[in-house]
Amino acid sequence: MTPLVATPVREIDDVRGRHDLENAWRNPAGLLSWLSVATHQAIGMRYIVTAFIFLLAGGVEALLMRIQLAKADNTFLGPDKYNEIFTTHGTTMMFLFAVPMMEGMAIYLVPLLIGTRNVAFPRLNAFGYWMYLFGALFLYFGVFTNTAPDMGWFAYPPLSGPQFSPGKRVDFWAQMITFTEISALCVATEIIATIVKLRAPGMSLNRIPIYAWSMLIQSFMILFAMPAVMVSSTVMLLNDRTIGTHFVNPWAGGDPLLYQHVFWFFGHPEVYLIFIPALGFVSAIVETHSRRAMFGYPALVLSQLANAFVAFGLWVHHMFATDLPQMGESYFTASSMMIAIASGTQIFCWIATLWSGRVKMRTPVYFVLGFIFIFVLGGLTGVMLASVPLDLQVHDTFFVVAHFHYVLIGGALFPLFGAFYHWYPKMTGRVMDDFIGKINFWLLFIGFNVTFFPMHILGLHGMTRRIYTYPQEMGWEPMNALATVGAFIILLGGIVFILNVISSRRHGAEAGANPWDGGTLEWATDSPPRNYNFVNLPAATSRYPLWNDPKERVVVTGLRDDRREVLVTTLMDAEPHHRLVLPSSSIWPFLTALLSAIGLWGSVFHFSWYYVAMLGAFIGLVGWFWPRRREAEA
Amino acid sequence: MSRLSGGFLLASTAFARSQSALEPAGPQAAHFFRLFSWFFWIEAAIFLIVLALTAWALTRRHRGIEQEPLERVHIPSEETEKKLLWTVGGGILATVLILLGLLVASVTTGKAISELANQKNGMVVEVVGNQWWWYVRYLNDDASQIVVTANEIHIPVGRPVRIRGTSNDVIHSFWVPELNGKRDLIPSRITDEWIEADHPGRFRGQCAEFCGMQHAHMSLWVVADTPGDFEKWKQRQLQPAVEPSTPELIAGRDVFLKYACVYCHSITGTTAAGQVAPDLTHLGSRFTIAAGTLPNTKGNLAGWIVDPQNIKPGNHMATLNVKAEELQPLVDYLESLQ
Repeated sequence: MTPLVATPVREIDDVRGRHDLENAWRNPAGLLSWLSVATHQAIGMRYIVTAFIFLLAGGVEALLMRIQLAKADNTFLGPDKYNEIFTTHGTTMMFLFAVPMMEGMAIYLVPLLIGTRNVAFPRLNAFGYWMYLFGALFLYFGVFTNTAPDMGWFAYPPLSGPQFSPGKRVDFWAQMITFTEISALCVATEIIATIVKLRAPGMSLNRIPIYAWSMLIQSFMILFAMPAVMVSSTVMLLNDRTIGTHFVNPWAGGDPLLYQHVFWFFGHPEVYLIFIPALGFVSAIVETHSRRAMFGYPALVLSQLANAFVAFGLWVHHMFATDLPQMGESYFTASSMMIAIASGTQIFCWIATLWSGRVKMRTPVYFVLGFIFIFVLGGLTGVMLASVPLDLQVHDTFFVVAHFHYVLIGGALFPLFGAFYHWYPKMTGRVMDDFIGKINFWLLFIGFNVTFFPMHILGLHGMTRRIYTYPQEMGWEPMNALATVGAFIILLGGIVFILNVISSRRHGAEAGANPWDGGTLEWATDSPPRNYNFVNLPAATSRYPLWNDPKERVVVTGLRDDRREVLVTTLMDAEPHHRLVLPSSSIWPFLTALLSAIGLWGSVFHFSWYYVAMLGAFIGLVGWFWPRRREAEA
Repeated sequence: MSRLSGGFLLASTAFARSQSALEPAGPQAAHFFRLFSWFFWIEAAIFLIVLALTAWALTRRHRGIEQEPLERVHIPSEETEKKLLWTVGGGILATVLILLGLLVASVTTGKAISELANQKNGMVVEVVGNQWWWYVRYLNDDASQIVVTANEIHIPVGRPVRIRGTSNDVIHSFWVPELNGKRDLIPSRITDEWIEADHPGRFRGQCAEFCGMQHAHMSLWVVADTPGDFEKWKQRQLQPAVEPSTPELIAGRDVFLKYACVYCHSITGTTAAGQVAPDLTHLGSRFTIAAGTLPNTKGNLAGWIVDPQNIKPGNHMATLNVKAEELQPLVDYLESLQ
């Protein structure tokens, strides 16, 4: 075995080993191989593309709703269609777009950022993607066969219970949750293991890029939050519906408020596990484009950690109207307001970094500035919602609709678009057009504010949420018409983005390894990265290794190139510990996902299909873990 | 009304019929409004400060440095870092202090609102949510003084009223923004809220918790009367239905009693005693029908009876195929129930 050696970059012959690495990490052509892929770039990209398609689907649903609400007493959509569409919109955006998109970005980027070749569990990664895809297709199969959910994405019983939602609509929804949660738990597990054990040598905890910190924190949140939604949607709701368990049936001793507590114990962290990765995007963009080390790195990391912790202690602010004791409510007011301290700290640190850096005003920076504008506004209305007396008035009105679109679109989508512009060169090898990017930004920014700002006023003037129409006399029409105009400006922005992605893919400027002069490790390798990411694994000599003197940069040599070998390092200081051979392509993750999916799909119609799911998963896992001679010897 | 409300109204002068949290008509809603004004102005200031800081960070002149070719990575001086540390630290401290102030203001207001509850001269109105209408009952120890009505709550000005809420089916939420915030109506639970009007007027309210197909058409009216008017209204509501006085009205009553109307609706003083739909004993005295969906006119009522599913698709009122010649007497009779 070749010993591991830390070698200065300048002494490296970059070509040696490439041939073996190419062979070891190749994803062969052909359908079967395509279904077997287990490299993180491919799977990450599949997540990103799939989630983006669902963003478009959710966007179309939003436009349909905006058309319906543009006029008073409109009959474009009936109440049944409207209710289906707003439920599908919320469900799609939360479960099929936002979370999977953040996961996809992480699957693609985290191994590059921390300087390794793949995620820790490549096949689990593939399995997670297939589960997500099968769950998403299941929901949309329902949507296109007149079985779309129509009880709201929160599915409060008893409205979602068997008495008031007969048919299969709610079951399709609840079982889709099962799929996406399994997928999210897979990703969380492997992201945690990857960041904890596969970091580049020298990347001690205080050198982890902030975006990787965000993903580590978010992944731990998933581990705690997702089981709660499984309890509420699968255990309580689905079992109440399919086998009559009466967990949440008020007429049989069950409690609908129990469902709300468990659901929001998941539901509030859910929002944060969408926006904490986005905070990581913002940090990466700010530090790279202002070309200075992030000001207040420990404060930023600790603030995100604080956000994550407190996120689990404020679910009751979704339930203030249920008449809970005042003392308890005050606690949740205080904890909800604490979020503003952690978020404020981060905003101040970013502004300080911009202030003292040498900012280049490229498109990603525009999106960060848009983020600051929108997110701060959304955060301030969030402080209002934390206050019980204020919340009781604006709860379940368009004020809340405005608020959470400000924090979710402002807090997650704007950073995400910034991240697309920031990392597109790394993913494709071409830089996106900056001028079109700025047009893209302004359309989205103006469109967003025109759409959602009037909703604050509408809510204060009494317009409740989830209504499919409203009478002319209420006087809500002008603001609604304005919001609809804004929605079409957003659409225009989206089209410009897609065109920019497509045209830059072909005509964009060559990116090279490091188009922005970034300091973190993903910029140390080819754009797009090869399947093995780095010819020689980099070592992290500082928090921003690429900003060190090039003469001081170091890589690790001595790993075998002819198999999928990575370096496992220690938790705290990332000292090299041992070599690990990662598994290669396999069809079994796909088959396991498919076989369990068939059972889970069927379970909506009859309980006994769960046995099919178990048997299918059993067969799949046996195939998956069957010892193979070649691998064992390799 | 403060300048704040003026500003908001300016932004939305078209709001003709009011359901606005910014036009409080009672002490509870006034507390909300005062607190909201505080939050609004403080947060507006914070927002502008953050924007100004960001703009300043971007336009700051780098003392001539930007003339030089940009270095690969910029390392700010220690002095700059120290300055930033103090600024950011100060910003965080200010955030904490402001939030503490807002927290105290919020909890104090919440306490003040809850102190308006349980007053001696309070009266109790039971409101039960149904898909998609409101059952209303004025509780009284004396059974002969109990008023039952639907979708319209009359209250005397200046007297606190306890809304004792629950639901017969799914979760609804009682909300009349000019009087107070929301309170969910939850099956198998009882929730409480106190409202009070400080001047006569009609205040619109609406179900605020998504409750199914016709959530949009589940509104109600609270009518604040002078104590004298309220007493008059109450006495009239306590009477059984007006006996039909003309042959047409008698014919109308017979039509009502002949059809399946009676299985769901009740009219005191007749054999109609259904309990699952709004009580019609004094239908003619209300000013809307179908839970605030339509103004209560003969034309609207006729349209509603002939085809309720067209006006409010999915609602639970049956289409009874009332014969054309029977419709006019039926509507006349129902509208005579003052």
